[in-house]
Amino acid sequence: MGMTITEKILAAHAGKKSVEAGEIVEAKVDLALANDITAPLSLEEFEKAGAKSVFDPERVVFVMDHFTPNKDILSAENCKTIREFAARHAIKHFYEGGACGIEHALLPEQGLVSPGDVVVGADSHTCTYGALNAFSTGVGSSDLTYAMVRGALWFKVPRSIKFVCTGKWQKWVAGKDLILHIIGLIGVEGARYEAMEFDGEAVGDLSIDSRLTVANMVIEAGAKNGVFRADKKALDYLSGRAKRPPKVVEADADARYRDIIEIDVSKIGPQVAFPFLPSNVKNAEDAGRIAIDQAVIGSCTNGRLEDLETAAQVLKGKKVAKGVRCIIIPATPAIYREAMARGYFDIFLDAGCIISPPTCGPCLGGHMGVLAKGERAVSTTNRNFVGRMGHPESEVYLAGPAVAAASAVKGEIAHPREVA
Amino acid sequence: MLSGRVWKFGDNIDTDIIIPARYLGHTDPKVLGKHCMEPLIPGFARKVREGDIIVAGSNFGCGSSREHAPVAILALGIRVVIARSFARIFYRNSFNKALALLEADVYDAVDEGETIEVDLASGLIKTGRIEARAKPIPPFMLELIREGGLMSHLRRQLEEEGR
Repeated sequence: MGMTITEKILAAHAGKKSVEAGEIVEAKVDLALANDITAPLSLEEFEKAGAKSVFDPERVVFVMDHFTPNKDILSAENCKTIREFAARHAIKHFYEGGACGIEHALLPEQGLVSPGDVVVGADSHTCTYGALNAFSTGVGSSDLTYAMVRGALWFKVPRSIKFVCTGKWQKWVAGKDLILHIIGLIGVEGARYEAMEFDGEAVGDLSIDSRLTVANMVIEAGAKNGVFRADKKALDYLSGRAKRPPKVVEADADARYRDIIEIDVSKIGPQVAFPFLPSNVKNAEDAGRIAIDQAVIGSCTNGRLEDLETAAQVLKGKKVAKGVRCIIIPATPAIYREAMARGYFDIFLDAGCIISPPTCGPCLGGHMGVLAKGERAVSTTNRNFVGRMGHPESEVYLAGPAVAAASAVKGEIAHPREVA
Repeated sequence: MLSGRVWKFGDNIDTDIIIPARYLGHTDPKVLGKHCMEPLIPGFARKVREGDIIVAGSNFGCGSSREHAPVAILALGIRVVIARSFARIFYRNSFNKALALLEADVYDAVDEGETIEVDLASGLIKTGRIEARAKPIPPFMLELIREGGLMSHLRRQLEEEGR
């Protein structure tokens, strides 16, 4: 019986010839990740369990990205605790300060993820790395502690759904629109406990940045992981970057899928997910008149160079509408520098945008752009739950960078063509 | 047999409702419990009693991987959540923390505030109106709960190895 990409990676890490969906296996972990809000619980558990050392100081990663630059005394104390732990255990990849970016943009950029890897992270958007042909999934702090100590973790092998994407992409449409469209189609638990495998020529046409965006949001459909093939584009991206040699994994021709769903991307326009679920998706042009107070362009979902390039194309020579705060958050220092070198910062500043240091900040209502009661934001982030960006009576509309930038200019939710 | 008073929640109760991100700097269960479900029911922590039971619709616990969510629920003395379905990471986290989850469709068969009885091992749920049977908890997960969660399991492993 053939296997899917996910089954093959898990089998290889469990030391088995084959695995089947539903089976529980203990699999080796190539990389274990935590951030400044999930590591503290994890490190408390580490001490309580009486653990003495991590399984491999080069394969444990801590990224101080959520409430940083530290927003208050508590977050500063948490980072200090993690910093001291990292020093004590000679953790090689401890990121903070000027070396720090948003974890799911930073790790691929730094070459810490390779095809064929098993990666676990105490952050639900750890599923992002599936874009690079890895099995990658979010876990809680206890699971992370276990993986940090043992270099392994138990997994229930998920069933897979395959999305075959064909057709030509419309202008202003990218990875975010595809994944919002799919979540709208299958719902927030449409892939609960399952793997989402993306294939087809339209996926091949997507940039690596856009593939990372797609994989990033599979959790919003309830999925355990999302995974792509490693084509030439992916291998070119990894070349000179990946710390470990890629072990490219292809699905067998007779692999078993729970479902195979065909998507014609030429029918997808810019998408917007209305409050309070990522599945509440409409076409941007059908949004109606929805005035906004804030636009956020950034996050582990859409803070990469392609996203800033798109925002710059829309904002060039334009002004952010009066009364709207437009916050741009380059996701890593390298993206920050390149955006600056390309002149995007001049475009953003001329338009009246705020340029933030890399941080998760407003996405989870942490800091640097929290909403007041009754305020509305268009945001390139990943969740529009009740109170996600601030007050329980505020609202978040999810979209890609083109729609977010256009909306900032118009002062209400807009299709990019309305302002371009 | 556990018995407790029911709190009803709808579909897609996400982790930002269970414990809003602004409290994630804290690791103290008491502080996390105090803010549990705050966006939906302000003062929930004061209204809940030890042993109460949450009954919800589908996809309970969707969203972030924060283990603070089951920690907050447990801190209020709630030992079991019954829902039509659970989000994946929350499901793992709960068993790792020894919060029992039962998958059963009893939402429409219970009233807010009524006392129901639950047997974890058999999955039997007795309400005023019906008796239902939850999907059996996989033996591996039941064992985790018996051991007091994943970290107790790890501690025992490490002790046995004398590391």
